[in-house]
Amino acid sequence: MTAVAEARTSLDVTVAAGDGYAGVIPEGGRFRIVDLCGNQAADTLFFDAADIGNRYSAMDTVREQGAVYLTTGSRLMSSRLDVLATISADTCGRHDTIGGACAQESNVVRYGMHTRHQHACRETFLRYGAAWGIGAKEMTHNINFFMNVPVTPSGGLTFEDGVSAPGKYVEVRAERDLLVLISNCPQLNNPCNGWNPTPLRLLGWQPV
Amino acid sequence: MTSLLAHEIPGGAAWSLQLRRGRVLKLTAQGAGANCSTLLFAAGDPVDRLNVPDTLKAQMSARVHAPMVLMSDRAAALCSVTGSSLGWHDCLGGHSLDVHLERFGPSSYADDRNGWRRSARTGLVGELIKHGRGPADLHACVNFFSKVQPADDDAASLAFVPGHASAGDWVTLRAELDVLVVMSTAPHPMDDRWEPAAVLAEVLEGEPFGPDDPSVTFRAESGRALAAARAVFA
Repeated sequence: MTAVAEARTSLDVTVAAGDGYAGVIPEGGRFRIVDLCGNQAADTLFFDAADIGNRYSAMDTVREQGAVYLTTGSRLMSSRLDVLATISADTCGRHDTIGGACAQESNVVRYGMHTRHQHACRETFLRYGAAWGIGAKEMTHNINFFMNVPVTPSGGLTFEDGVSAPGKYVEVRAERDLLVLISNCPQLNNPCNGWNPTPLRLLGWQPV
Repeated sequence: MTSLLAHEIPGGAAWSLQLRRGRVLKLTAQGAGANCSTLLFAAGDPVDRLNVPDTLKAQMSARVHAPMVLMSDRAAALCSVTGSSLGWHDCLGGHSLDVHLERFGPSSYADDRNGWRRSARTGLVGELIKHGRGPADLHACVNFFSKVQPADDDAASLAFVPGHASAGDWVTLRAELDVLVVMSTAPHPMDDRWEPAAVLAEVLEGEPFGPDDPSVTFRAESGRALAAARAVFA
């Protein structure tokens, strides 16, 4: 038999609209999120699998890379300035990390009381995070893969229609053992999911 | 407005206070290049704290300015920014960590006594622990008196704007709930100088406000966050 120097696919799951995922990516492993139908925000958090207190930090990430948008080469930093992961491939080109996740309470502020009991990302984060000891205190500001939140030199910020499209993907390389927590965004009230939340596909490869 | 308390926070130090609902915290830069990395919590609540991303997206801004409201994880207004001599306070750059001090060379209490250089993180965590909190309570801060500007390029590159604040620049925060305010006056992490300036913190008696208050009317979202704060204790 000939040894095949090829990474093993170890993860291939589809996350339905409005559902979530939590799992471990081993150091050196690759993790890909595929926007199957286009314009679907993948709200994502990373934690050091050995210490959930060492969590992704949006503002440390944007400051250390000197730019707001995430794309290939972006180093995703923890609150202790450890590099948790590096974006190794990106066919979308731009991702947000300053827009945060939707929540039932913030939906009320943004859209009105009629949205108070609509499903929201923070519900998914807390539900999937609970098994890993992640509660409200352990939560932090997330990445919105495939979401487009332009900022301007005059200090403006808007939510725009996505720059993603069916089949676009983003891939990260884990720089240590990581816990990834994903909410496939159920937001119905703005264009971040093209007004119609759709599934995401998650693919993972073990280190070669 | 009646002054109830005045405390000068030296440059490079940390301080915290609980601010009663309705009262006003006025911060005044005592020197050029002041920075005040500030965390906010709903006092007495185990988890509710400032959420900068929610604050920004609800009010369509990448900076903090009057008359915005500063919103919590549960979408309650913690404070309204009722006024400021500056139109831009940074909230994207985060607070400094020890690694940001390395460029200034070694510093220790043994060598420098109380002039030793400590990061904002050291000061903020030190204050948080005094309130029974800790590193898990850290969140994106507001860097009052600092400006970090995105460029009009493909990456939205960020640049620290030196000399944004001068002595006498000020900002006022009206507490919309009882809040815990945790502050560090260490320089901004993107500032390549270590010239920390003091910040005067004054607590003033607030004034009643109605539906025509600028923070209530700023945006529908701002008004709803203020309504959410009023609904916290039903």
